Amino acid sequence: MNQPREQEVPPRLALAHISKSFPGVKANDDISLSVRPGEIHALLGENGAGKSTLVKIIYGVQQADEGSIHWNGEPAAIPSPKAARKLGIGMVFQHFSLFDAMTVIENIALGLDEAVDREELKRRVAAILQSYSLPLDPEREVHTLSVGERQRIEIVRCLLQKPKLLIMDEPTSVLTPQEVERLFETLRQIAAEGCSILYISHKLHEIKALCDSATILRGGRVVATCDPKVETTKRMAELMIGAELRKIEHGKAAGGGAVRLEVKGLSLPGEPPFGTALDNVSFEARAGEILGIAGVAGNGQAELLTALSGEQLAAAPEAIRLDCKAIGLEGAGARRALGLACVPEERNGHAAVPDFSLADNGVLTARHRLPLAPHGFISRGAVRRFADGVIKLFDVRTTGNAALARSLSGGNLQKFIMGREIGQQPAVLVVSQPTWGVDAGAAAAIRQELVDLAAKGSAVVVISQDLDELLELADRLCVINEGRLSAPRPVASLGIDEIGLMMGGIHGAEEPVHA
Amino acid sequence: MLEWRRRREPSTLMLALSPLIAIGLTMLLGMIVFTAMGYDGFHAVGSIFLTPFLEPQRWADIGVKGAPLILIALGLAVGFRANVWNIGAEGQYVMGAIAGTGVALLTYDMTGWWILPAMVLAGILGGMAWAAIPAFLRVKLQVSEILTSLMLTYVAVQLLYFLVRGPWKDPGGFNFPQTRMFTADQTLPMVLEGSLVHLGIPVALLLAIIAWLLMEKTTAGYAIKVVGLAPAAARHGGFSAARTTWATMLISGALAGLAGLFEAAGPFGQLTPQFPVGYGFTAIIVAFLGRLNPLGIVFGGIVLAATYVGGEIAQSTVRLPQAATGMFQAMLLFMLLATDVLVRWRIVWKRRTA
Repeated sequence: MNQPREQEVPPRLALAHISKSFPGVKANDDISLSVRPGEIHALLGENGAGKSTLVKIIYGVQQADEGSIHWNGEPAAIPSPKAARKLGIGMVFQHFSLFDAMTVIENIALGLDEAVDREELKRRVAAILQSYSLPLDPEREVHTLSVGERQRIEIVRCLLQKPKLLIMDEPTSVLTPQEVERLFETLRQIAAEGCSILYISHKLHEIKALCDSATILRGGRVVATCDPKVETTKRMAELMIGAELRKIEHGKAAGGGAVRLEVKGLSLPGEPPFGTALDNVSFEARAGEILGIAGVAGNGQAELLTALSGEQLAAAPEAIRLDCKAIGLEGAGARRALGLACVPEERNGHAAVPDFSLADNGVLTARHRLPLAPHGFISRGAVRRFADGVIKLFDVRTTGNAALARSLSGGNLQKFIMGREIGQQPAVLVVSQPTWGVDAGAAAAIRQELVDLAAKGSAVVVISQDLDELLELADRLCVINEGRLSAPRPVASLGIDEIGLMMGGIHGAEEPVHA
Repeated sequence: MLEWRRRREPSTLMLALSPLIAIGLTMLLGMIVFTAMGYDGFHAVGSIFLTPFLEPQRWADIGVKGAPLILIALGLAVGFRANVWNIGAEGQYVMGAIAGTGVALLTYDMTGWWILPAMVLAGILGGMAWAAIPAFLRVKLQVSEILTSLMLTYVAVQLLYFLVRGPWKDPGGFNFPQTRMFTADQTLPMVLEGSLVHLGIPVALLLAIIAWLLMEKTTAGYAIKVVGLAPAAARHGGFSAARTTWATMLISGALAGLAGLFEAAGPFGQLTPQFPVGYGFTAIIVAFLGRLNPLGIVFGGIVLAATYVGGEIAQSTVRLPQAATGMFQAMLLFMLLATDVLVRWRIVWKRRTA
């Protein structure tokens, strides 16, 4: 028998003709890809392109209907995540599974397949933290950590298993730019030691900076495999979306309008157990401008939104003024009637009722400004017409106004919710994470709507963790960190490093752990 | 092999069908259980579920037993929709009867058309007052209304025992623990001459339609549903959970109190220790059998009323014990909760792949 020659080292992971169907949708359709040892391979695609399903098949969470998996050249069956870990596959999920009230080392111990002596574990964790120079204190409780630090726990968990393939699912979506850079260094070092990395993202510049090759998915199929260092960002984006990118069109320079929303010295206790208190927040938003509020998740964004929407009342009426009228003690309905519309981050269950039809969801927030329920009686005809109008105007892909909110994809539901608020012509629109989990096409449409609304003389406040989005949209930008809001600065004068440092706050300046 | 698959959307067909499947399964299981116990299971089930519908002279009976069940269940369902779990309707039912009887005893030697309406009003207020206690505790102190409303039931029943054995005992009643019989002006008029069909029956049907309009056509009903399905969305939409809790508790208390007054001023004509027969608890089954929909509750009320009527028939025809009625009702609730799984899941037959 011939020995395989050097260039014929079998790929670490090879997928051949993988297909997987769910009722009504073919999530993966004849997907083949291969990852070499030590390669950082990007899996690129919009939400709903089939990335998550494919990764779940590789990690043994789901089984493929058709196709085969080869691991180091051998056919492999991966019936469970435990089997995947046994082969040497580790995964860092987008949403961490950590217990807030426990320490880092306790969380790591809980995630292991076999019981390891506590002292032995401490020693091994310290060794990993040292060799990858990861700043993380094993004795800290998780709720005191930044998102970047939490992610490091998950990475350490994987590295303890000495993986041969590490899957990273949208790892940078909640990180500051500095944390992203630090993550990339870690990932490059892991790859240099021979571990392959499957990197899932839709952020093209990251993939260009990090990855050796990329597989682009669209609608469950592989549309291209390319070298991201060579391919242009624009070309990859178009392959991913399947259409030409639409550029946001800004109107003429804005910002000189009258103050429409004024917040002065707003303080509120955080929601227990780990909520963030708002501490003396002040800002104003003017007619015609988009004010961006950046910040890492969990720094008071949710509290700020509920304080503005009227779900939580301020301590004094003067804390919030809408068109000069003090509204700090008005409830959610009264504020909306006066023209302050809010869109919270969580779509299902907060902005919309999942088990209600779209028509019924229109009533939830539009009944104050539109005659949908005169004298307390819901007017079916008016409700349906309003929903149909939103669906048509905002290009919501759905079976009609009777479709349940929960049956829509994240992007389509968000388009409906944005349409519901914008359709009421609010004086001020406050929106949190307007494009979170929304595909690029829908995101572009939503951003354009925000720009257009501001151009018509409303004030728009966008709370977001996505810096690219804020830099694209906002005229002025401030940063929320631990419940405090920085002074707004014109976007044109800001560098991304500067914003990153503002976002990081005290978390940005951590010392490395001395093991 | 059989496999459960999650449906993409809840099945509206199964939503309507699963109560019927539950009734069918209850009949089947009842037949097996009672046959195993040595009874004539086939005829037992027939007597309970079919005879009441097949013999026209039983229909008035179904109406008399169905009216309080429907009234109470309507109120409970409104609360259940808002995630307000008032399971103490039996106590509110008793308090309604006590309050109405209080008016009856005060007006014992008077005549006038206004006496019965005054009793009705007292009945409604009595039920509301009893429901206000759990509402207050839940809104102000976050105490579970499930526990408080249930426990208050026993307080109400003890109060009834005390009154009929003590201060309200009929002076001419040979020391029996019961109040005076109500006078003609204190008794519900009959709708059909010479039958048992009293005014409470058409009122229950009318209130079912009003409750349906409330839930389906008004902002108030919308608020109740949103508070139950998505509390955060309710806050976002400007609906107050506290106000909804108050409103739904008071509505269910009012309807239970009204049912109690109708029962006291109708079939009973006085208060006795036998007055609490468990309608307040059976109405929970009615509410679920009717899918918390006011029109469905009319159907559910008729079915459960039939099991009471049929249970009495089966006592004489197949010598079933009286407890059999309760057993069938419990089995029905159990089957109903079990078949509910079909709304969100479906069963598929899957051939095993090697």
